[in-house]
Formats: sequence, C-alpha cells, structure tokens
Amino acid sequence: MFVTILDVVIAGLLLGGIYALIAVGLSLQYGVARVLNISHGEFIMLGAFGTWMLYKMAGINPLITLAMCGPVIFLIGFFLHRTLFRSLLNSSASSDIFEGRSLLASFGLLFIIQNIAILVWGADIKGYSYLSYGVNLAGSLFEANRLVTLLFAVVISAAFYLFLACTRLGKAIRAAAQDPATAGLMGVNINKVLALCFGFGALMASFAGGLLSMCYPITATMGMEYTIIAIIVVVLGGLGSIVGSFIGGFLLGLIGSIVTYIEPGLALVAYYVIFTVLLLAKPKGILGK
Amino acid sequence: MPLLEGKGVTKYFGGLAAVSNVDFTVEQGEAFGLIGPNGAGKTTLFNLISAALIPRSGTIRFIGRDITGLSPYKICRMGVARTFQSVKVFATMPALDNVILGSFFGTATALSSKDAVREATELLDFVGLSAVKETPARDLTLANQKRLEVARALATKPEVLLLDELMAGLNPTEITQAMELVARIRDKGITIIMIEHVMKAIMNVCERIMVLHHGQKIAEGTPQEIAASETVIKIYLGEKARAGS
Amino acid sequence: MDITPLTSKKSLISGAIVLVMLILLAFVPLYAPGYPVVLLSSILMYVILAVSWLVFSGPTGYISLAPAAFFGVGIYASAIIGKALPFPIVVGVGGLASFCLALLVGALTLRLRGIYFAIFTFGLVMLMAHSMLFYELHITGTRGRFVMVMSYNTVYYYMLGIFVLVLLTGYLVKRSRFGLALYGIGQEEDAAAHTGVNVTMVKIITFAISASFMGAAGTVMATKWTYIDPFIAFNPNYSFMPVVMAMFGGMGQLYGPVIGAAILTYLEEFLVTKFAEIYMLIFGAILVVAILYMPNGLVGLIQKLWKQISKRKHAVT
Repeated sequence: MFVTILDVVIAGLLLGGIYALIAVGLSLQYGVARVLNISHGEFIMLGAFGTWMLYKMAGINPLITLAMCGPVIFLIGFFLHRTLFRSLLNSSASSDIFEGRSLLASFGLLFIIQNIAILVWGADIKGYSYLSYGVNLAGSLFEANRLVTLLFAVVISAAFYLFLACTRLGKAIRAAAQDPATAGLMGVNINKVLALCFGFGALMASFAGGLLSMCYPITATMGMEYTIIAIIVVVLGGLGSIVGSFIGGFLLGLIGSIVTYIEPGLALVAYYVIFTVLLLAKPKGILGK
Repeated sequence: MPLLEGKGVTKYFGGLAAVSNVDFTVEQGEAFGLIGPNGAGKTTLFNLISAALIPRSGTIRFIGRDITGLSPYKICRMGVARTFQSVKVFATMPALDNVILGSFFGTATALSSKDAVREATELLDFVGLSAVKETPARDLTLANQKRLEVARALATKPEVLLLDELMAGLNPTEITQAMELVARIRDKGITIIMIEHVMKAIMNVCERIMVLHHGQKIAEGTPQEIAASETVIKIYLGEKARAGS
Repeated sequence: MDITPLTSKKSLISGAIVLVMLILLAFVPLYAPGYPVVLLSSILMYVILAVSWLVFSGPTGYISLAPAAFFGVGIYASAIIGKALPFPIVVGVGGLASFCLALLVGALTLRLRGIYFAIFTFGLVMLMAHSMLFYELHITGTRGRFVMVMSYNTVYYYMLGIFVLVLLTGYLVKRSRFGLALYGIGQEEDAAAHTGVNVTMVKIITFAISASFMGAAGTVMATKWTYIDPFIAFNPNYSFMPVVMAMFGGMGQLYGPVIGAAILTYLEEFLVTKFAEIYMLIFGAILVVAILYMPNGLVGLIQKLWKQISKRKHAVT
C-alpha cells in the first residue's frame, strides 16, 4: 500500500516537472510580454521533433540536443515577438485590445506552426528510445529517462530563477513584469526585454519538448493539450507569478498522477474541473498578482 | 429618513484600508460634497455605493433599503446613478445612442423605442449637446463627453446622482458651465453627491461637505465650517507647512 | 443600435438583395444539382459558424474559441438520436444541447475578464473530446458511431433554413435595444452595468443563442461523415475557421463573415485538391495578416477603397 502511494507521488513529480517547465514558459510570455500564447504547445512540439530528428538522423544525445534546439527556438520566439507582437503592441489602442489581438494572432500561429510540422515530418506518431532502462527507486522501478527529465526540469527552473533573482537582466525582467511603463522610464530597454521574455518562454517550451520526446511518443498535433495544461497551471499558480507556475506545475502533476491511478483517461477532465473551481472561487490563483 | 446613508463602510485592498469605518447621511434634495486629498478613498466610496466594489463591512441604505453589495444594474434601476472619474462613454456610438441606452435599461419599467429616443433627445438638449447628437462619443471634447455621461446618467431617472470629479480637466469657462448644469439638475429635484478638487465649485454648490483622509472621515459640515476647520486646513496644507518650517 | 426606419431606401435595397439571394439559393438544386449543392452546403456551414460567432464575439469583444465544441455536440446529437426521432426534432435537440452547454460555460466564465473566457473556450474542445472518449470507452463500450445518411438536397435545405434563422437573429439583435446593450458591454462594460444593463445575463444569453446555431449546423452536417469518433467530431479546425472567416470578411457587418466564409470555403475546396497540407497553413497566415493589416476585414478594405475613389471623383469634378 505504501509503495503504491510513493509510486503515484513520484510519477506525479515526474509529470509535474514537465508541467512546471511549460507553465514557467507561458508565465514569462503572459506575465511580462502580456501575450497569452496559445501556440505555446507548438513550440514544445518543435523542441520534441527537433530532438527526435537529430537523434534519428545523427544519433546525437537528446540531452545535448537541448542545448542545440533551445537557442534556435529561442530565436524564433524572439523574432516573432520583435516582428508580429511588437507590431500588434504598437497598433493597439489599449492593453485589453492588445491582449485580444495577440491571443488571436497566436491562434493563427498555432495552425501555421502545426501545419508546417505536418508538412515536414508527417502526421503520424514518432518516437525513439533513450535511457529507457529501469532504475530502482524506493522499491519501485522507474524509467531512467523520466528521472533525468525531472532532474533537468528542476535544474533548468532553478537556474532560471537564479537568473531572474541575481542578474541585471533578470532584475530588468522582473521590473518589466511589474510595470512596463515605469521600467522603461528607469532605463530598461522594454522592447528588448519583452522580446527576450517571449523568447525565454519559447526556450522553456523547447526544453520541455526535448525532455518529453525522451519519454513519450510524439505527434505533430501534440501541442494543444500541453498548451491547455500550461494555461491551467498558470491560472492555478496565479497569472503572472513565475514561482506560482513552478509550484502549480508540480501540484497539477501530482493531481494528474492520482487521477490516472484511479481512472486513466480522465486526467484532462480532472484538470478542467480544477480549472473550473479556480475560476469560480479564486481567479487570482495561489500567488497571483 | 435620509435618502442615502452609510454606516461603518469599510473596504480593504490587500492590507490597505481604502475606506475605513465611514458613516454618512445624505438628505433628499441636498447637494453633498465629498472632498479630500488624492487617495483619500472618495472614488472608492462611490464604487461601494454603486456596488462596483463590495465593502468588507458596513451597510449602505437607499431610502431605507439595504443596497450593500447588490449588482450595479439593480442599484441603477432603483435610482442611484453615477458618472466616472475617467470618462466612460461608449466611444463608437453616437451621443444619442449613449443616452438611449440609459433610457432603455436604467429604469424599472421599460420604454418603447419612440419614447426612449424622444427622452434621450430631450436630455441631450438639457445638457446642451443637441448639436452633436449624431457624433460618435469619442470625437467629442472632454467637456462634452462629461456632459454626455451626465445625460446618460439622467436617462436612468435617478433620485440621487453621484458626480465623480465632473470639473476635472475643464477650463474656467467650462467649470462655470458645469456648475450651472449641476444647478439645473438640482432644480429637477435630484439629490447630488459630488467629488471635487475644484474648491470654488464645491464651496458654492454644496450645502454640506464631508472630508475624507486616508480612508477615514475627518470632518463634516457646512462649507463655512469646513473652510474654517483646522483639521481640514492641516491635511491640505500640512505637508507644505511642515516642509516650509 | 440601428434606428434607420425599416422603410428607408437603404433598408429596402438591402432587404431586396437578401431576398433575391435567398430565392436564387433556394432553387440551386434544380438548376445546378450535384457538386454545387455539396459545395454550397459546406459554404453555408461555415457561414453559419462565422455569423453565429460574430453575433456574440463581435460587439462584446469576448473572443470565443469554442465553436468546434458546440458544432461537435450537434454532430453527436445526430449520431446518438438521429435514427430515433424525426429529423427536425433532432436538429432542435442538437441546438438545445449546445445552448445548454453554452449557458453552463457562460455562467462560469462570463462573470470574469475576457481572457478567462477565451482560454476556457479554447480548451473546451479538447475537454469535450476527452470526455466523450471516456464515455464511449467506459460507458458504451464502443469507440465512435455511425451516422445516418441523408440526401445532399435535404442537407442543403436544412442548412439554408438555419442560415435564414441566423441572419434573422443577427439582424434583430443589431436593430434592438439588446444589440445596443451588447455594444455598450463591448465598449465600456462597467458603464453599461451602471446604466442598468444586466451585463452578465445579456452576455450569457447571447452566447448561448449563438452556440445553438452552431449545434444545429453540426447536427445537419454530421451526415457528411458516415463514421464519427470524439476527435473527428470535436475538431479545433471548426473553431479556427469561423474566426478566420469573420476577421477576414470583416467584423463590422453581418455580411462580412458571409463574404469571408464564401471566399475562404471556396479557396479551401480549391486548395484541398492541389495542396492538401498547405491550405491550413495559408489560412493561419491569412488570420495573422487580417489581424495586423485588415482591422475591418475585406468589407472594410472595400469601403476604404470606395471612399478613396469617390473622393478622387469629387476632386476632379
């Protein structure tokens, strides 16, 4: 009985690591750049497919691919913001209007990116095997790749948190998240910071995708579900709180693991129930602004 | 029975008391002034009366009925109307349509289209905007937009009208015109509560004034009493005097 | 609110054009049977989705990404009870089921800021798919269902009927005080509430009404697929298309999405045969371009061009 609970908890943490990463990414894009990027999942998918492709074609270690795909996808995100979203920002009369238009623009992006992927890689399921041997942990067997995923997710999140807390650029980002106008007046290059944050969000997505590809099969349409999960976590953790998204990710992962244990196939439904309860009770989340 | 009264009205934003244990009564037919430095809680109090916000504690009564925390639309239909500090006109709609909305929805009994249009036209005339009735609201001057908000509020046939800084941003001529409009509204028998920073207006128009500071009521009385009150003078001039000495 | 009297020249001309168009459409199966009927049915489907979407999301500014969820509910209504009841009732049930779902979603999310509504509706499609999958796997024990077949012409006339209803509804809303309230909510929701509009109720009811048409359309079009499963019925593409079409066509007038849907559906038919994967990509690009450069859609562009031309004409004479 005890072992089973531990199983579920650890499985939840493994899932939660991914959720935390993607939620932190979305939180950066929404909390700072104010873009609710519903194509976030497509960047996850790109990271996954990039990793798969490099592994299949050149045999490159997926963990190394993280460092290869990451910058590419970061740059894609960065330039998307500098062109598309900046243009929207400049032509929107209010922040509410910008929020709506950028949501719709990211909706268009979703279909653009997804269909490019289908064109390039096809619509069927892909996968590869990496570190799939079992590791004995507290009496249960877990796949090594999932443990590595959890480790990397935590390390990346921690590293990013330190970046935000200790570096000059990190402080600029936090200032921009609080009050872009004032931050701009204080000498922060707001346009650059917003684009950087959007890029960092894409970077997180790319990392998550790469790690996911190690553990699960991937398809070109996998993105949307992860976007929804990321959104729910961000609302759970409080719109705009990065730490909240991190904690919320693990929380939701745990819940997902428990639900899957009781009744597999109901995880997304359970997430939505939580989402609904949150919206009914406390839209500001755990650590919301 | 007072027309509008509040007892112990309190509102917190996080740990900060925006309005703290405020009591007030407004009698039928009065012009009641609400003044205080920026951040004193005046607009918050209006928001609590009109139910844009819900108080942490305290009650607000309108003609004896408890209206604390009811929906804004219900309170409007009961007879409490307001204007906004940052003018909220319906930007792309013509001025006439802005007012028609009030005629249609602002009262407990519904009007026919013809009557609503007629009433709205009369109200635009009353506030002096007949010439621009087809102009989209966003193309009006600030002074005219404020008058439009007043017309829209009047279309809901209120007993009491809350005016939030009607004179803000107006030049001296426009201020005089606004004061004159307020007088004409009073002639219709409508009770007025006004938040103002323009002292000339408040002192000349209002019979009683309440002063808020840091969310608390610190003084209440006639304009003469308020002007002579040491407490009030201190909060308006206090910082300057301290800085000077 | 449009208070132009019904007998004004502008209203009569518009009314006449619509009437002529409807009469032409009503007789298509007689003078152009076969493929044109099928194509027009598809166009009408997208028109209904796009116009219904506009009726709510246009004036209020609350972006709904849920059309596919309501459309899918309609499809499943057809699959579940299509054989058991007379078809007009089945369509009614499809519409009613969507209406109820929308009431629920609206009651939950329309009290809050627009962004919560948008993201909730975004995920709704996947939620419905997963829920249906679970239901089928565990409760009915089957995956997917078979839908009854109807003739092309029957489908066409049902769609035409729903189209007329949608147009009528949209028109009545626009001309009524209800429509005025909707626009007020979209411009300054707080002020509208303080002017006596029960904003929550108005939003929820309008959302539900627009959803019911989407459900009805789904019930009729279900016969397009002989076999459906949760992921065929609840397909995000059917949330995407109405949005592109409405924005591309123009959100200011009811005929904007009609034009947008007609053009883009025809484009889809054309591209599907030649460039199957690329057409969705192009549509995505069209949406982005429309958001950036076509704030009033195609209708807006044409109106601008018209103004430029008449300005030049007057300048010359």
